[in-house]
Amino acid sequence: MAWLLNLLQVILFVATAPLLAGWIKKLKCWSQNRMAPSVLQPYRDLFKLVRKETVVAEGASWIFHMAPYIIFSVAVLAAAIVPLVAVELPTARMADVIVLVGFFGLARFFQALAGLDIGTAFGGMGSSREMTVASLAEPAMLMAVFTLAVSMSTTNLSTAIATLLHEPLTIRPSFVFAGLGLALVAVAETGRIPVDNPATHLELTMIHEAMILEYSGHHLALIEWAAQIRMMIYAVLLANIFMPWGLADNFGLAALGWGAVAIVVKLVGLTVVLVLAEAVLAKMRLFRAQHFLGFAYLLALLGMLTHVILEAG
Amino acid sequence: MTAFSNFISTLEQQGIIRRSEITLTPAKVWQIEPKEWGNCARLARDAGWRWSAGWGEDLGDTLRINSLIEMSGDYLLLRAEVPSQAPELPSQTPYFLAADRSERHTRDMLGICFLEHPDERRWTRHQGWGEDEHPLRKVFPLPGNPPEQTPPDKDYPFVKAQGASVYEIPVGPVHAGIIEPGHFRFQAVGETVLNLEERLGYVHKGIEKLAEGRDPEGLARLAARISGDTTVGHAWAACLAMERATGIEIPERGAYLRAIMAERERIVNHLGDMGAICNDVGFAFAHYQFGRLREEWLRDNRNLFGHRLLMDLLVPGGVAMDLDPKAIDTLDTALNRLGRELDELLAILDRNTTLGDRLYTTGILTSKTATTLGCLGYVGRSSGQSFDVRREAPYPPYDQLKVKVPSEDLGDVGSRFWIRYKEIRVAMRLLRVLLGRLPAGATRADFPVPAEGAEGLGIVEGWRGEIVTYVRFGEDGHIDRFFPRDPSWLNWSALERIVLENIVPDFPVCNKSVNGSYSGVDL
Repeated sequence: MAWLLNLLQVILFVATAPLLAGWIKKLKCWSQNRMAPSVLQPYRDLFKLVRKETVVAEGASWIFHMAPYIIFSVAVLAAAIVPLVAVELPTARMADVIVLVGFFGLARFFQALAGLDIGTAFGGMGSSREMTVASLAEPAMLMAVFTLAVSMSTTNLSTAIATLLHEPLTIRPSFVFAGLGLALVAVAETGRIPVDNPATHLELTMIHEAMILEYSGHHLALIEWAAQIRMMIYAVLLANIFMPWGLADNFGLAALGWGAVAIVVKLVGLTVVLVLAEAVLAKMRLFRAQHFLGFAYLLALLGMLTHVILEAG
Repeated sequence: MTAFSNFISTLEQQGIIRRSEITLTPAKVWQIEPKEWGNCARLARDAGWRWSAGWGEDLGDTLRINSLIEMSGDYLLLRAEVPSQAPELPSQTPYFLAADRSERHTRDMLGICFLEHPDERRWTRHQGWGEDEHPLRKVFPLPGNPPEQTPPDKDYPFVKAQGASVYEIPVGPVHAGIIEPGHFRFQAVGETVLNLEERLGYVHKGIEKLAEGRDPEGLARLAARISGDTTVGHAWAACLAMERATGIEIPERGAYLRAIMAERERIVNHLGDMGAICNDVGFAFAHYQFGRLREEWLRDNRNLFGHRLLMDLLVPGGVAMDLDPKAIDTLDTALNRLGRELDELLAILDRNTTLGDRLYTTGILTSKTATTLGCLGYVGRSSGQSFDVRREAPYPPYDQLKVKVPSEDLGDVGSRFWIRYKEIRVAMRLLRVLLGRLPAGATRADFPVPAEGAEGLGIVEGWRGEIVTYVRFGEDGHIDRFFPRDPSWLNWSALERIVLENIVPDFPVCNKSVNGSYSGVDL
């Protein structure tokens, strides 16, 4: 039963990731007074890409061919660690949050290699920028999740969230700091404004898009889908770590139903905040990303410190 | 005026210059000995003249080279004639950097050798033409001699940079967005731009050759298509040149309507540019707001003038449309609404620090460089240049109006953003006056058949800056030579200076803040 639910949750996770992307797009259009495409548009785009011919750059090595599959599989594996509707599922118990960060690192490693592989100026530029951002984002993210780990005495996401869920409502200042830090990391890692601009057509300003410029067809579809899953993972992490209420802790139908409703409400709330923030911000100069992520690290560190000073003992 | 006469008398005493019989309003024409062509440029530069435009003509046995220079609103057309066989004369580029690409263009098109020109490479003439083929020579057939397959322009010797971790980024001519084609070659260390070289000419349409043999109306239609966003500006310059060649005056109402269209074109393009600058730094909100305002004006254009971009409304002798009093009311209302919306929008943008952080101190063009390159329009005016044809050498109806010329002196992207806003405000004030004072009467005069050899110079302030157009008629009132000089000729090279020491990802916004026309330069 648990394994079946587990499988269902992963499928749900992967299948609804494009929906989240479509929803963000819709909110974005509304915030700009524009008519929005259907929330199903990302599915149509993926479907279109799958049917299209896949063109591979001359001189591409196996890395370029394999990267989309690796990136996508790793994204699916990562999704299996994150509790979406219910906690205490088998796969979530198997791996902890450091594995999750490791998965992100692995995907990024192959993405950057693939960007370099075909030897175009844009690919190399994108990879170099991505690694710059990543090298600053990863420590901040680890620091944020360590705050959670130290508070809950476990690095396992599912167990930590379950513990949180069962204890009476307490305000933890450390979580506020860590949550804000993780939110900033999420913005940088998912290539949103003000770090990267997912809607741009300007090759010279791109980070994520520059690495995948040479991809087409089903390769591109896999990479796009993986990016949507990553977006979803970050959103769910933020929602379920820092607002765990509503998550199902047993496998009863009512609990699962409430879990599903809860996560939808939380995601809607989060995306509204994201879109509003994007509406009032211009993209930063590339080198400001350091300050931005440095600040994220500082917040996460403050979270840890507050825990040690105020909450431990 | 004393500086002007001093300069002339110096040149006359040295025997470099000879007064010509003809005047091409607003310029005085002077003949130069070919061997003194470069020397004359040196003296002009030292006396503080600005190089404005250059072109060549095939007169049969001889080729004529023209250089238009300007100081305080006085224009001087320098002319030299060289034999068609082995034509050569000293280059003006060592003294006027602005003449660089223009001379390369003339060399490509007419086969004139500019001695001491620092750059031997082809410019407009990509590899589609053979070494001895010069398309603007009269003997060259209009359809050309196109090879079976045009060879790619792939071996263009770009400037190289070497050293540890220096790398090259080729961008274009095909871009990811829907923009015109042009190639940019960057040398960068990390993210810092060491050097940028532009390679244009990908939208060469043969405008100059296509103009030959056209009738006046046909030329106005062609001029309206030199650069789609400057259709009024170029058509006006071409019509003005033809009208001056025939010596006719257009009805006052026609002149006023032309100015109304030109100012509308200025406002529409500035609105689009301001939005695009914001979009290039990822501030989509402003992009859509400016886009909306621009679209409202384009729709007014369509409803009241008959064309969104006001194409083909200017004809030799006047304009081919009229506004009824109701339309004037609508335009007035639109002006008021735009004023209110801009107040609101610009207040938001001014207070947004993330936007300011991207625009200020990015892509600085110093006043000195702007002077050296002869930058025009908003590019020049945001770097301390104050030239505006509407004020310095006014043509009807601006001779009856007071034109305020705004300026900024920081020369960064922010300046080029705000100067556009100021220019919109000036244009709005002018529109109010023009609409209020619109005289009654005809809008169009009959255009007579021009005499053979009649020539004229049309200089107007387009939305990008000073447009210079030269027209000479041949037999039966057909065009023999047409040369339009878009302001982008002088602004493109500023971009190469602007991006130096900036980071690669800031190039797009620098580029957008200059917004040169590819089509207007490739011809």
